[in-house]
Amino acid sequence: MNAFNVETIRKDFPVLARTVNGKPLVYLDNAATTQKPQSVIDTITDYYSRYNANIHRGIHTLAEEATEAYEAVRSQTARFIHAPSERTIVFTRNATESINLFAWAWGRSRLRAGDEILLTEMEHHANLIPWQMLARATGAVLRFVPVTDDGRIELPRVEALLSPRVKLVAITMMSNVFGTLTPARAVVELAHKQGAIVLLDAAQAAAHMAIDVQALGCDALVFSAHKMLGPTGVGALYARQDLLEQMDPFLGGGEMILDVQLTSATWNEVPWKFEAGTPNIGGVIGFGAALSYLEKVGMDAIQAHEHKLTAYALEQFTHVPEATIHGPTQMIDRGGVVAFNLEGLHPHDLGTLLDGEGVAIRAGHHCAKPLMRRLGVPATARASFSLYNTMDEVDRLMEAIRGAQAFFKRQPVKR
Amino acid sequence: MMEKLDELYREVILEHYQRPARKGELPSPTVSVNGANPLCGDELAYQMKLDGGRIAQIRFAGKGCAISQAAASMLADELEGKTPEQARALIRSLKAMMQGQEPASPDELGELSALEGVRKFPVRVKCAALSWNVVEQALDSHEKAGK
Repeated sequence: MNAFNVETIRKDFPVLARTVNGKPLVYLDNAATTQKPQSVIDTITDYYSRYNANIHRGIHTLAEEATEAYEAVRSQTARFIHAPSERTIVFTRNATESINLFAWAWGRSRLRAGDEILLTEMEHHANLIPWQMLARATGAVLRFVPVTDDGRIELPRVEALLSPRVKLVAITMMSNVFGTLTPARAVVELAHKQGAIVLLDAAQAAAHMAIDVQALGCDALVFSAHKMLGPTGVGALYARQDLLEQMDPFLGGGEMILDVQLTSATWNEVPWKFEAGTPNIGGVIGFGAALSYLEKVGMDAIQAHEHKLTAYALEQFTHVPEATIHGPTQMIDRGGVVAFNLEGLHPHDLGTLLDGEGVAIRAGHHCAKPLMRRLGVPATARASFSLYNTMDEVDRLMEAIRGAQAFFKRQPVKR
Repeated sequence: MMEKLDELYREVILEHYQRPARKGELPSPTVSVNGANPLCGDELAYQMKLDGGRIAQIRFAGKGCAISQAAASMLADELEGKTPEQARALIRSLKAMMQGQEPASPDELGELSALEGVRKFPVRVKCAALSWNVVEQALDSHEKAGK
C-alpha cells in the first residue's frame, strides 16, 4: 500500500473541485452519503456504454459479460468483509432493505409471542422500524439497551437484558449520531451464550474501518454502497449460509425461483433466492469499483486519517464555549462523526449559514428520533468525515461556525 | 450569498426569534392546537381566546429554528384582534407571497413581509409555513366546534 496522501485522494473525487456559493466546497455530510471517485463513475458509464444486459438469463456475449461482472462484485464484497463464501452475500437496494429482508424472512415464521428482540436506544430508524413491524406481526417484544449520557453502550447492561427469551440482537457498529464505535464483538459473544443470533448494522462502520464478519462472529451484517463511495440504490446483506438456506424468501418474482407451476413454485439457491427481479446491475458493478478504491487506500489508513480529523475537530470545539458536543469523550470509542449543538443557534439556521460558506453539514434528527428525545434536543448539527477531508477543512468549518455565531449576535434594531 | 442571508435573517426576524412576542400560555383558551414538522423536529403550539367574533388573545409555544419561531411570533402579533375571516385572508396572502406574488398592499402583511427572503431558500419555506399551517388547523377546529 502507498503512503496515505489526502491531496492525491482528493483529485480522484471530481465533485470536490466545485464551489458552493462562491466558496470551495467543504463536504462534511459523509455520514449521510459519501462522494464518488472517478473510477466508480467511469465503471458505471462503461457498463452502460459497452455491456449493458440483463443477468443470469441471456446466452449472448453482453449478458455473459454483465453476469460475470455482477457476480465478481459479490465475491469481492465477500472478501471485503471476510465472509466465508460469496453465497452469503445478498444484494439489496440499501442497508434498510437488508434489515427489512432479514427481519421478515428470518423472523416472521420463527418468532412467537413473548420472544424478545434486543436493540439499543441509539439505533437508526432503519434498525428500529423493521423490528417494530416484526414485533407487531408476531407478538414478539422489543427491549432496549440504554445508552449512556455520553452515547455509549455498556456491556453489563447488555448482559442484564439477555435471557433465553431473546432470539435476536440487532445493534449498530457505529452510531450515525454520535460516531460511537460499539463493542460489537463482545455483544455477539454475550448474545450467543444465551442462544440469540446477532445482526450488526454496519451502514456507518463499513466505510470507516476494516470489517471481518468471521472475527466478529455475527450472524448477519448489513451495509449500503452509497455510504462507502459507491452509488445509491445498492446495499448488501451478509448472513450465515445455513441461516439464509432456512429463511423464507422476501420478495417473489423472476430470478428467485427454481421452477414455477401456475399455483406453486420452488426457490432458487441462496443468495439468488433473495434477489427477485432485475437488480441494480450497473450500481452493483460500480460498487465493485468503490470497494477496490477503499482496498487500494486501505481501511486501516482511512480509519487513522479520520481519527486524526475527529480528534482535531473535538479539540477545536473546546474553544467554542457555546458548543455542546454529543457522544463519547474518549477518542477510542469514536469514529469520524461530531454531533453538536450551539447555544442560541438552531442547527437548521447553522446549516443554512454554513452552506453560505460552502460548508455542507447535516442538521436534523438523523433518523434517530428516540435518541434526540433522550438527549433532550429537537435536532443536532453533525459534521462527519471521510477519507478525502483535510485539517484545513476542519478549520474552514470552525471559521464558518464563528461567523454564523457573529451573524446571529448582530444587534437587532428595536421595533 | 451574504446578501441572500441578510435577506433571510432580517433584523426583525432575529428580534422576534431572540425576544418573541406573545410566547406563553392562555389560562382558558377557546382553541388549542399543536403542530410539528416531522422532517426537522420543529414544534409549535398555538392557543387562542376568541371573543365577540375576534381573536382576542393569542399565545404560542414552540421549539425550532429562527425562521419557524420568528414566523410564529410575528403571525401571533398580526392575528390578535382579527376575525377568523381576516386571519384566513392574511394566511392566503402569506402563501401567495411564498409563491412569488406581490401583496395587494404593502401594509397587508406587516412585519410578516420580512419572510419574503425565505423564498430564496426553498428548503426553509416549510419552517415558516409551520406557523400558518397550525393557525389554519386552529381556525378549522374552532369552526367545527361552532357548528
